[in-house]
Amino acid sequence: MEKQEYLNLYHQMVVIRLLEEKVAELYQQGKIGGFLHLYIGQEAVSTGLISTRRPEDRVITAYRDHGVAINCGLPAGGIIAEMLGKATGVSGGKGGSMHLADVEKNFWGGHAIVGAHLPLAAGLALGDQYQGNAAVTICMFGDGATNIGFFHEALNLSKVWNLPVLWVCENNQYGMGTAVERASAVSEIRRKADGYGMKNAVADGMNLMDVREVAGKMMEEIRAGGGPQFLEIMTYRFRGHSMGDPERYRKPDEIRKWEENDPIGIYRKYLVDHQIASEDELNAQDQSAEKEIAEAVEFAENSPEPAAEELFKHIYVEE
Amino acid sequence: MPEMTLIDAVRMAMDEEMARDPNVFIVGEDVGVRGGVFRATVGLFDKYGPERVIDSPLAELSIVGVGIGAALYGMRPICEIQFADFIYPAFNQIVSEAAKMCYRSNGDWTVPMVIRAPYGGGIGGGLYHSQSVEAFFTHVPGLKVVIPSNPYDAKGLLKSAVRDPNPVMFFEPKKGYRLIRGEVPEGEYTVPIGPAQVTRAGADVSVFAYGMMHHYTLQAAEKLAAEGVDVEVVDLRTLYPVDRETILASVRKTGKALIVHEDNLTGGYGAEIAATIAEHAFQDLDAPVRRLAGPDVPGVPFSHPLQDWFMPNPDKIAAALRELAAF
Repeated sequence: MEKQEYLNLYHQMVVIRLLEEKVAELYQQGKIGGFLHLYIGQEAVSTGLISTRRPEDRVITAYRDHGVAINCGLPAGGIIAEMLGKATGVSGGKGGSMHLADVEKNFWGGHAIVGAHLPLAAGLALGDQYQGNAAVTICMFGDGATNIGFFHEALNLSKVWNLPVLWVCENNQYGMGTAVERASAVSEIRRKADGYGMKNAVADGMNLMDVREVAGKMMEEIRAGGGPQFLEIMTYRFRGHSMGDPERYRKPDEIRKWEENDPIGIYRKYLVDHQIASEDELNAQDQSAEKEIAEAVEFAENSPEPAAEELFKHIYVEE
Repeated sequence: MPEMTLIDAVRMAMDEEMARDPNVFIVGEDVGVRGGVFRATVGLFDKYGPERVIDSPLAELSIVGVGIGAALYGMRPICEIQFADFIYPAFNQIVSEAAKMCYRSNGDWTVPMVIRAPYGGGIGGGLYHSQSVEAFFTHVPGLKVVIPSNPYDAKGLLKSAVRDPNPVMFFEPKKGYRLIRGEVPEGEYTVPIGPAQVTRAGADVSVFAYGMMHHYTLQAAEKLAAEGVDVEVVDLRTLYPVDRETILASVRKTGKALIVHEDNLTGGYGAEIAATIAEHAFQDLDAPVRRLAGPDVPGVPFSHPLQDWFMPNPDKIAAALRELAAF
């Protein structure tokens, strides 16, 4: 990796962290309504994972999608505007926090029904297979999604049809407030892929370099026609399931343990220890990220609301 | 012009569309090697190969989900649900995914797909091979719902559905698959999605029907003609979005309306047509709007006498028409 790429990945993680902290604030001020699921603590997962993709590779994820959108190159201004329901949002304000998307960036959303996007990912990959494109569909979902029928049908079918999909379970240990071992018959989620004869691995989601290395190898094997693979990334969300979550199900010392293990801190230390970047250079990245988010918030807050007639637009394709 | 069955017309439409556009493909249970449980796809596997006529696992939500993904990609999937009764596992994919993609992305994403499913009773299929499911989907903006009643329309509407940039639910009256025959031109023509068709002009009573019930209604109208009642028959063809103008014009002419479907009465599709007439043509009515529908029981029973009691047929339609004409 070139030095600039290392710095870009650091920058992306800081942008995600700052964006999430900022939108949490906007939520508490009542400017963002509905539901808001933060990615704080999970930044290294999507940043490491998506750093292995080529432009032709598709990305599709569940509702905890803000960070993934940043990694896919969506502008922070358009993302925050979408959360504020503004006309300049990436979906014109129709989608909101859970439904970010941008076809130009090959980012196929943000999906709010748990597990329902997995069959769609298989369909996207079927398109590439049919057209003979050497592209991979990266499909991300939480641990909770592995208990629903969509998951099992999609994995089975992808294996039977040898589809180019990397199934990625972000195991943040809780499906809303229910711990994995209380909801899943196997707590090592990747063992479920064994049931479909699918190659699988685990990565440390707090360590960007580990995610990048493990995912990168899998992506190359899938791209070469090796069929679908399954990656379980161990992570932890520092915040509740959503902004409305009182988090009574977690013990304070459990939270502290993981915060010492901050994915941004770990990556920063890696860059300094390996003399890839200096503290000054990283501080400069922090500052530029702060500036980017401040500008994004200003853009979003000053953007117009959608016009009433937008309600009836795009129900069907407009020709 | 060759005469053929409704199912032959369905197959011809798919064959022609696959020949026309390499992005069109079929996915479903037993659609490939076996040629479909009703033989709708027979011969297509040999002609177009396993990449374009894909045998899926027995997994309806995946058949539709994969179709949506492929449609987002830019392909033109035709998803076959073996019986409409089996569509419920895919309900989320259809209602929450396919129907909302264009809207939620503010027009960035399109889902040009067709979901074909045979529906309806009268074949001794019992509760789980006889259902009419159209009313679940005519409630969902973002979907189009089409039901042909004859071979000519089946071919022309299915070709339009394949070319439509939106998700289209295409329900085929399976009792009529081989029972209903008609002339179908070979080669290119389409029937537009949207317009209803007056299939029999009349002055005394209007009947609105679709699918198998339209076929029966034409037979009932002939009986009534012999008794001196001039029945107008409207084949709705596209249930959603519905052709209100044709419906209202017919009611304004005759002043009397009967709606026929085999799905249950309560909350059935006829309720929407009746409400439309009441709201927009009340002053033109000479009698209450009538509905003839399947009774409100959980399913079409297996036993033949019970099934016959459930299903509307030409005699029941004729009886309803006599009552309405005499009002």
